Amino acid sequence: MPTAPHADSCSANVPDAAGRFGKFGGRFVPETLVHALDLLAAEYDAARQDASFQAELDELLKNYVGRASPLYFAKRLTEHCGGAEIWLKREDLNHTGAHKINNTIGQALLTLRMGKKRVIAETGAGQHGVATATACAHFGLDCVVYMGEEDIRRQAPNVFSMKLLGAEVRPVTSGSRTLRDAINEAMRDWMSSVESTHYILGSVVGPHPFPRIVRDFQSVIGRETIQQCRERFQCLPEVVVACVGGGSNAAGMFYPFVEHSDVALVGVEAGGRGNQPGDHASPLTYGSPGVLHGSFSYVMQDEDGQTCDVHSMSAGLDYPGVGPEHSYWKETGRVDYTSCTDKDAMNAFDALARLEGILPALESSHAIAKAMEIASQRSSSDRVAVCLSGRGDKDAAEIARLKNDITT
Amino acid sequence: MSAIDQLFIKLRNENRKALMPFVTAGDPDLDFTAAVIKELVARGASMCEVGIPYSDPIADGPVIQASYTRALDQGIKLAAILETLGKVTPQISAPLVTMVSYAIIYRHGLEKYADQLNQRGIAGMIVPDLPVEESPSLAKVCKARDLSLIQLVTPTTPKDRALKITETSSGFLYYVSVAGITGERTELPPELLERVGWLREQTPLPVCIGFGISQPEHVKRLAPVADGLIVGSAIVRRMANVAKSDRASTLQEVGDYVATLLEALE
Repeated sequence: MPTAPHADSCSANVPDAAGRFGKFGGRFVPETLVHALDLLAAEYDAARQDASFQAELDELLKNYVGRASPLYFAKRLTEHCGGAEIWLKREDLNHTGAHKINNTIGQALLTLRMGKKRVIAETGAGQHGVATATACAHFGLDCVVYMGEEDIRRQAPNVFSMKLLGAEVRPVTSGSRTLRDAINEAMRDWMSSVESTHYILGSVVGPHPFPRIVRDFQSVIGRETIQQCRERFQCLPEVVVACVGGGSNAAGMFYPFVEHSDVALVGVEAGGRGNQPGDHASPLTYGSPGVLHGSFSYVMQDEDGQTCDVHSMSAGLDYPGVGPEHSYWKETGRVDYTSCTDKDAMNAFDALARLEGILPALESSHAIAKAMEIASQRSSSDRVAVCLSGRGDKDAAEIARLKNDITT
Repeated sequence: MSAIDQLFIKLRNENRKALMPFVTAGDPDLDFTAAVIKELVARGASMCEVGIPYSDPIADGPVIQASYTRALDQGIKLAAILETLGKVTPQISAPLVTMVSYAIIYRHGLEKYADQLNQRGIAGMIVPDLPVEESPSLAKVCKARDLSLIQLVTPTTPKDRALKITETSSGFLYYVSVAGITGERTELPPELLERVGWLREQTPLPVCIGFGISQPEHVKRLAPVADGLIVGSAIVRRMANVAKSDRASTLQEVGDYVATLLEALE
C-alpha cells in the first residue's frame, strides 16, 4: 500500500499546542513529568517532519506487523443480519493479534530517538502489553509492564507471552486491580525513572501529547480502510463502527473519516451488566467531564470527583475514563456513542465465530454486536465497516468461564 | 495577604524555619485527624498540610496511597472533611493548607471549593496534578480570596520554567526534593542544597522542601537552605499504627516523632 503522511492527513486541527481538543485534554500531571512530556512532544514533532523516521515506520508496519491489514467482506454475517453489507477491518491479523502494535512500534522508535533504553507500559487485556514487549524485543529495549491482578487472572495467555518476549510483568494490587490502577502504577514508576525511561501509553488517554501521538500512530487503520473501500466498492461506507475503552482503535479508525461528514461514525462502549453505576464502563454514555490520568475528559466519578469502579467482561474496555478526543467528538456531535452489554457482545462473538470462522476479541465483539444491529436496520445497498481490533484467542479461557457462569 | 504570607514574614523576622507535617484526612476517621492536627501544632508545627483522599493519586507512594484508600473505604466525603477542619482552625495558631487533586476541585467547582476553604479558615491549597500552564483560572480564584495556591518545583523542572512557576505561586514554593513519588528516603540527592539555594535567590517567596524527609539528620542538613520542611509519609505511617494500638499512644508517638524533628530544626 502506498504511504500516506502519518499525521494531519485530514483537516481536523486538534489538538492545539496545549493538547486541547476543544475544552478536553490538556495536561493534569505532577510537575515532575511536565518536562519529559515537553521533550516527548518536541521529539514527536521532529519525527513527524523526518522522512527517514516515517520510512522506517512504514517499513516495519509492512514487513514486521504485516500491514496493510485486509478489509474483509463478511458475507455470511451480512446474510444473517439481512441488511447492509458488513465489512471487517482485520486488525486481528496484525502481528501480535491486535491494533495495539501500530502504536508500540511508533513509540518504540520515538524511544530510540530520545536515547532512552527502558520502556514501561500498562496493560488491561494484555494486548498492549504484548505489543510493547514485542516492540521492545525487536529493538532491544528493557520492558516492564504493569497489569492489574484481576486482568492477570482473566488474560493469562497474554501474561505468559509477555514473559516469553522478555518483559517483566508487575502485578498491580491497588484499587480495582484493573487497567486504571495499572496506569496509576506506570505513572508512579515514570515519576522516578523519567530521565531514562519512556512510558509507552497504550491508548488515546493521559496527558498531552499522548492522546495525539497514539491517535496518529493508530490512524493507519482509518487511512487504509478509506483506500481499501475506494478500491473495493468505489466509495466510502455509510457507517463506521469501533469499540471504545480508552478509545485507541476507534480514534485510529475514525480520525481519517472525521472530515468525510457523510460517513456516520459510531463508538461502542462497554455496557456491562446494565446501566447502574458499577455495572458498566460507559463514561461517554453515563459519565461526566472530569480529570483522570492527566487529562480532562468524560469519566465515571462520584459527587466528590473520586473515580468510580466500573465493570466490563472485557479487560480492555474495563476503564472508567476515555480519550479526550472522543469527548470532543461527542460534544461536537461528529461521533455517536452508544453501548453494548456483555450479553450482546457474547452473542456477537458466537455469531462471528460460527458464521465467519473468526474468533474476535471480547473488546471487538462489542463493535461487531452494534454493527450487526445497525446493518439489520439498513438497506442492502449500504455498507458498514467495523474495526475488528483484535483476535479472541486470549479470551478463550475467560469465555469458557463466563459461559459456564451463564449456564450454571 | 494570606495567613501563610503572614506566617513566613514572622518566621523570617525571627530567623526561624517552618516545620509542616502532612496528615491524611479521615484515616482512620476525622476525630483522629482533628486530634493529630491539634497535637502537632501544640508541639510546635508552624503549618499543617491536610491530604484530601483521592482515588487515583499518581504522585503518591504506597504509604499515602494506602492511607487514602483506608479513608475512602470508610466513605469519607469532602464536605465532612471541611466541616471538621473548620472546627479545628479556630482552636489552633497555625495555618492549614489542603493537598488536593484537581479532579476533586474541578468536580466541586473552583469558586465553590475556594469559598469553602475561606469559610473554614483554611489558608490555601497545594494541587499536585495542576501544572502552571493549567493553573491560571484557579490562581485567579485564589487570589480574589487571599488564599495561597502553592505550586511545585522539582529536580526535573528546567530553570526557566522554575522562574515562571515562582511568578504564579503564592504562599510559598514547594520544592520537591527528588524526582519521584512521596515516601521516606534514607538518602536525599547531593545537588538538592544547591538547587534550593539557587531557587531562593530568584524569588522573594519562601521555599519549603518536601518528599523523602523523615529523619532529624535531613532536617539539620536542609533547614539552613530552606524556609521550611514538609514531612508526610513518616507521619502517615505512624498514624496508621492506630489500627493496632490505642489513640492516645499513637498520638503520643506521632507527637514525639515531630518533636524530634523540631528539635533538629532549632
